[in-house]
Parts: sequence; structure tokens; C-alpha cells
Amino acid sequence: MGMRKVAIVGAGITKFVRRAQETGPELAYQASKMALDSCGLKLKDIEMITLGTAPDAFDGVHMKGEYLLGGAGGNKKPYIRNFVGGGTGVFAPIHGWMHVASGMCDLCMVVCEEKMSSCHPHPQGAFLTIFDHTTEQPIKPTLIWIFALEMKRYMETYGLKPEDVARVAVKNKKNALDHPSAQVAEELTVEDIVNSEVLADPVHRLDISPASDGAAAVILASEHVAKRLTDKPVWIEGVGWNLDTAYWATKDLYYPRYVEKAARMAYDMAGIKEPHKEIQVAEPYDPFDYKELHHMEGLLLCERGEAARLTAEGYTARDGNLPICPSGGALGVGNPIAATGLMKVIEIFLQLRGEAGKRQVPGNPRVGLAQAWGDLMQVGTVIVLKR
Amino acid sequence: MKIDKVPVKGLSSKEYEKALKISWDPVLKYNWDNGKAIGRYLHELKKGRIIARVCDKCNRIMIPPRMFCEYCFRPTDRWQYVKDTGKVNTFAVSRVYWNAQRIPQGEPPIIPAVIEIDGASEGMGLLHLLGNVEPEDIKIGMKVRAVWKPENERTGSITDILYFEPVREKNPPKAKPAAKRR
Ligand SMILES: [Zn+2]
Repeated sequence: MGMRKVAIVGAGITKFVRRAQETGPELAYQASKMALDSCGLKLKDIEMITLGTAPDAFDGVHMKGEYLLGGAGGNKKPYIRNFVGGGTGVFAPIHGWMHVASGMCDLCMVVCEEKMSSCHPHPQGAFLTIFDHTTEQPIKPTLIWIFALEMKRYMETYGLKPEDVARVAVKNKKNALDHPSAQVAEELTVEDIVNSEVLADPVHRLDISPASDGAAAVILASEHVAKRLTDKPVWIEGVGWNLDTAYWATKDLYYPRYVEKAARMAYDMAGIKEPHKEIQVAEPYDPFDYKELHHMEGLLLCERGEAARLTAEGYTARDGNLPICPSGGALGVGNPIAATGLMKVIEIFLQLRGEAGKRQVPGNPRVGLAQAWGDLMQVGTVIVLKR
Repeated sequence: MKIDKVPVKGLSSKEYEKALKISWDPVLKYNWDNGKAIGRYLHELKKGRIIARVCDKCNRIMIPPRMFCEYCFRPTDRWQYVKDTGKVNTFAVSRVYWNAQRIPQGEPPIIPAVIEIDGASEGMGLLHLLGNVEPEDIKIGMKVRAVWKPENERTGSITDILYFEPVREKNPPKAKPAAKRR
């Protein structure tokens, strides 16, 4: 395609917390500084910066890209914010990849930040305005409703019980015990999940990731620069993104076709023909437990309707055939929206380098995938990494 | 590299209470224009009818109506009334309001649903509420009909439909309206 190879060469991340003492720019600075230090670079070495951050309404700060500029190291540099709702955290490194693959620069820093705790009484309230202002907002919907509607449709289609879905939350919250950034890591049982407070049946409180504050950053480099900086570059081999209609109630919610389209775009580019065999570790977006199953299917990592059974059989455990969310995911590490997607990219980066510590999956994986998802059940963003 | 120590401190709710902070309750008002398609849709709702737009190229009968077809990328062709009945595509039984605040114990849940409207193209659904039904009696695929506000109370809004209720052989008398909303 005439594009240059791009590697991830460094990464940084903050702890994910409720009510961070730090401001948004301070969060961004912490992650960015750690990413630069991790590969021995200074800010002056970075030519361009891309920033991902989700709705301005969380922070109550308009022009959040500009607000975070200094913390993301962007002063007097070619700097740009991108935003596709919950899909932002994986789109941001895709955006950075464009900068380097195109030959525009050799070193690009990608920063993702979210501070949800500024919004009261609950950041969920900020989601009201994502619904159509005339035909939907007067019904006073919440985002939890459309997750519940989609989860119900998905469960009904395949005859799944709440327990089948809850196993994802149990697995991810447990995996997160080994993640230094984790906010809600815990050893729980399926009963704990299904007996937790009902928010909008079938959604219970522990089916959902928490509201979080946090930031993450990665450094992208062109081939010749990457080889100078590290012995273990991790290459971005495939990228894909896709958006479906904003009339979300007019498509069948049981299957995320737009995620499949994004995945196929990334697989084609990476030369992956049989994703369920070739992808060795994956971090699909799991803001709700059923979403991990939904996304495994959309990403063609298993047959439709099979993800719950595979989860029950331990196939997706850290030591299973296809480890899914070994980081602990949004359900365990926490969900500062844009930072979560980049956390997932960082997890695959570390897994492929064999540097994930206690979270390391066995078998020296060479190929991994991270995916994010968002907007009104609307966007899929996918990145395929190889070492 | 190794990531084993990470920065940033989260405050407990107690610490947060004590921390100095500036807050702002924005008072903003937006008036949203409806455009042609939704404008007509709202006028028809006021009259107790649901109207769609048709694209003669792909033959989709679309609700909410729109003046252009996003797939054929050309103007839609004509108006067409659809029914105020449909079937439940999916539903949820909510114990939370829009801002995640809890519905008080003892008050009925809110039951949002996607309703596929009869007469519109396959799968064309609307977000609305179900009412006059016990949650355990709702089934996906169930036939439902709109329960309209009395004509003199309608304002030209999607809320001129109070909720959708099951189509029964013989309907019991109109029962309680859907849960109060904040
Ligand atoms: Zn058309």
C-alpha cells in the first residue's frame, strides 16, 4: 500500500481511580512522561502528537484537546485530538500510525486521557445528550438502557443466562488483581455478579465497568528509528475502523456488524486469514461483561453465539487457548474511556514483548489484537500488533 | 520495559468532601430545530399518527422519517403513514433514571424497549417505553400498540405516546401511566 512500517516502542500509564487528585492535564503528563522515559526519549524528540479523549461533558471543559495540550506535550507541535466515543482509545494510536506510516514524521506520541469524576451526580448523566435531541431525549434515556436492550437481545438470540455472561466479569476482575493500574480488581463469584443490584435488568451493577479517571500513552516510531530505540519493537500490522448508523434502534443489536467490518479491514492489512487461529491474545472492549462476548464474535475470534461457552470452558482464561483481556479489561482495571482503549493496546504491546509480568500469557505470543467500541452502539476500532 | 509502579492517587469520598473545589451548575438552554422530516413527524404525532418517509430506490420505509436516504444518497420520495402498533424487539426493566439515580423502592420500574413499527421496513424500530404490563409478562416479539395522551394534552413530541402496551384480545381498562420521570 506504499505505507511505512510503524512500531510501538514505549508506553506509560497511570493508576485508574475514582476521583483522581490530579487534574486532566496532570494525568496526561504522568502517562506521557512515563512513555518517554520508557524508551529513553525527551519531549523534543517527538515530532507530532495525537490525543484521544471522550466527551467534553465529562470534564465540563469545552475544547478538551486544547485543555490537555500542555499535559500531552503538545505545545508548539503538530497536535490533534480525535474522538469516536468509546472507540477513541484504539482510534488514537491508529491516528498516530497514520502520521508515521504516511512519512509525515518518524516519532509520534499518542496520549489518551479521561477524567469522569468531575461530573455530578454521576457521569452517566452526561450521556443524555448522545441520544437524538428530538426523538429520543424526551424519553429520558440513559446509556445503561441501551446496553440493557442490546444485552437482552443478545442473550435472547442465543438463549444465554445471566450466569453465562457473568463469568466474563469474574474472569476480568480477577485478572486485574495483577495489574498495577487496577481500580476494581477483586476475586468474585458468578453469584456475586448475578446477585448484585439490578440497574436495568438484565444489567446488574457488577456487569458494568466503573467510572474512572486515568491516562495512558504510547510512543510510535518509523522502522529505522524503532530499531535504533529498542530490540523489541512491536509492529502495528493492521488497523481498521468502521461506523454504523446513528439510528441505533433500526439495526439488529444482537451482532456488531461494524466491529466485523473494522476487524476485516485490519486483518486484510495484516494478512490474517483465520483470525480465530492466528490471533494469540486479544483485548476486546469490555465496558459491560456481555460486550466482551459480543466483540469476540464480531472480531471473528469464534463462531456467533459461542463466546459464552468458550468462556465457561476456560478457553479465554489467561492460560487458555485464546487469552481474552489478560489485563483485567475495563471491568477490572477500570474504564477511563479513551485511556482504557490505549491500556488495551499497551497490554498487547507488553504481552508480545514478554514483559507483562504476572499477567504474562504462556506460549510467547507473536500476534495480538486490541479493540475499542463506542458511540451509539456504532463504532468499532481495531489494531493488530505483531512482534 | 516493566510497568509495575504507576502514579496518580484517587481520593476517598471523605477526602473528596474536604478537598477545595470549584463547581458550576450550567444553566444553558438549547432550542433544536426539527428540520422538515422530523417537523412533520412531530405534527403527525400531535394528531395521533406515525408517519414515515419512503426511498423509492431502496424501497425502505423509514422511521424516524428523513429527507435524504443515507445509503442511496439522494432525496427520499414520499410520505407514508405507518401503524401505531408493532412488536417488541428488545426491552429492559430499569431501576435507574437517566442520570443513574435510583428509582425509589416501591415505585414501578421504567421499561424501555425497541419497538419495530408495523408498516415500516423490517427492523425499523423506535426507542420508547412499555406500560400497562408486568415486567415478567413481556416477551420479545410481543405485539404492542401505542397509548396516546388525550388529544388536548399533546404537544407534538414523541412523548405524545405515553407508552406502548400489549395488544390483548380484550384490553383491561386503561391503567396507571408509565413511571414518573425526573
Ligand atoms: Zn434509499
